[in-house]
Amino acid sequence: MNRIPLRFHLNDAEIGEFIDSGTTLLSLLRDKLGLTATKSGCNQGSCGACTVLINGAPQLSCLVLAARCEGKSVATLEGVSDNGTLHPLQRAFMDGFAAQCGFCTPGMIIAAKALLDRNPDPDRGEVIDAISGNICRCTGYEPIIDAILAAAAEMRGGKRKSA
Amino acid sequence: MAKQRGRGMASVNYPTGMNLGGDPSQALIHATTTGSFVVTLSSVDLGQGLKTIMAQICAETLGIPTDNVIVDTADTDTGPHCMGTFASRGTHRIGNAIIMAAKEARAVLLEVAAEELEVNAADLETDGKGNIQIKGSPGKSISVLETALAAHFKHGRTISGRGIFLQPRSYPEPETGRMTPATCYAHACTVAEVEVDTETGEVAVLSLKSAYEVGRALNPRMVEQQIVGGAWMGISHALYETTEPYYPDRAHGPVDFNEYLMPGPGDLPKFENVVIERPAPDGPYGAKGVGEMTANSPIPAIANAIYDAVGVRIDSLPITPEKVLRALKAQAA
Repeated sequence: MNRIPLRFHLNDAEIGEFIDSGTTLLSLLRDKLGLTATKSGCNQGSCGACTVLINGAPQLSCLVLAARCEGKSVATLEGVSDNGTLHPLQRAFMDGFAAQCGFCTPGMIIAAKALLDRNPDPDRGEVIDAISGNICRCTGYEPIIDAILAAAAEMRGGKRKSA
Repeated sequence: MAKQRGRGMASVNYPTGMNLGGDPSQALIHATTTGSFVVTLSSVDLGQGLKTIMAQICAETLGIPTDNVIVDTADTDTGPHCMGTFASRGTHRIGNAIIMAAKEARAVLLEVAAEELEVNAADLETDGKGNIQIKGSPGKSISVLETALAAHFKHGRTISGRGIFLQPRSYPEPETGRMTPATCYAHACTVAEVEVDTETGEVAVLSLKSAYEVGRALNPRMVEQQIVGGAWMGISHALYETTEPYYPDRAHGPVDFNEYLMPGPGDLPKFENVVIERPAPDGPYGAKGVGEMTANSPIPAIANAIYDAVGVRIDSLPITPEKVLRALKAQAA
């Protein structure tokens, strides 16, 4: 594989790296940059555990070549909290018991953040659509859906829409 | 061709733990110089929340805040022995071992505090907030941290405790086959409501209503969470999951999450759960195991609901649309 230069924006940092041209974004994040919140589940784009935001849109980082991120902005779970202050989604997942083993949680929170960033007032069906590409084995999904709706309500100023 | 609705129920009596040669678990507890207590286990938290429950049990028995308990499940080579984290045994077996260890550690804690306060240890109590005080006289007290420091640096004592819970091996009586394979039993009943599409064979679960008798729910939110997660898995086993190929040979079997099917967030029924608490005499603070059983009763309840809806008995899992259609065809013939 060719070694190629890559520059992109990751969370709050500018990243410059030389990478093998076939490196996936997931592998770059976890193996080279040491950001392990993003999980490697199926490694073939069907479980959602590796979801990150690229220019604000949810993408499966196991299917994205890192080289395609040149000049783009990538956000992972590590960048969701604000200087140690948890994002409302993170707090809602904790308060709502929306994680058990925790393996799907980073992908779920990123997929949910993508939804709330473009639609701050989703209904239950829209939340379900937003996480339909993310597999969870433990929770039965219901606490996750409830947590996302609770976070959305908090971010809108505490008003909860009847789901 | 129509969508037919039906209701079915099923109950489960679920043994807490098992017994194939004795069922032991051990726990070791010691105080650090920071006044925190470390619980060393070889049990594993695989997402079911074992660390939380064990910290609660330890804190309750020692009389200190849960935040001051560190549960270390790091190493099965060097840790105290545990049979393992399975058979819904963790809360009961390991919880009981922790109570035993924490009682021993608490006795030392109070002895050291008694020397520091120059009183009799029998006259001391913990306030649950990190202090040890003379019964009825909260003004005269010493913190757990100061007591731990005194033990380490003045008294030369370890504030520690050892615990084990052993369910001894039970041999069946040759005449009757009678044996005691488990300790206490948890109970549940589930009512499922389904809608069967007689044209496609698809089954939708509309609601799952369950009642659970779990001894005592040591952490009610986590019990509720386990019940919902287990109910989802029950639906998954009843209607979706199989490693067997659908058609005609192994090469057509599922190999990934695109083919190994499970219900998604859009396939959830309405869940309704009731938890009934009847503390078990031998359980830690009355708790039984509410782990694996949560995926049990939904399965036969769904199969019974399908029978109620369209009159066909499907006796192998998962109940795929193909099986439903074949059964309906046989029924009509």
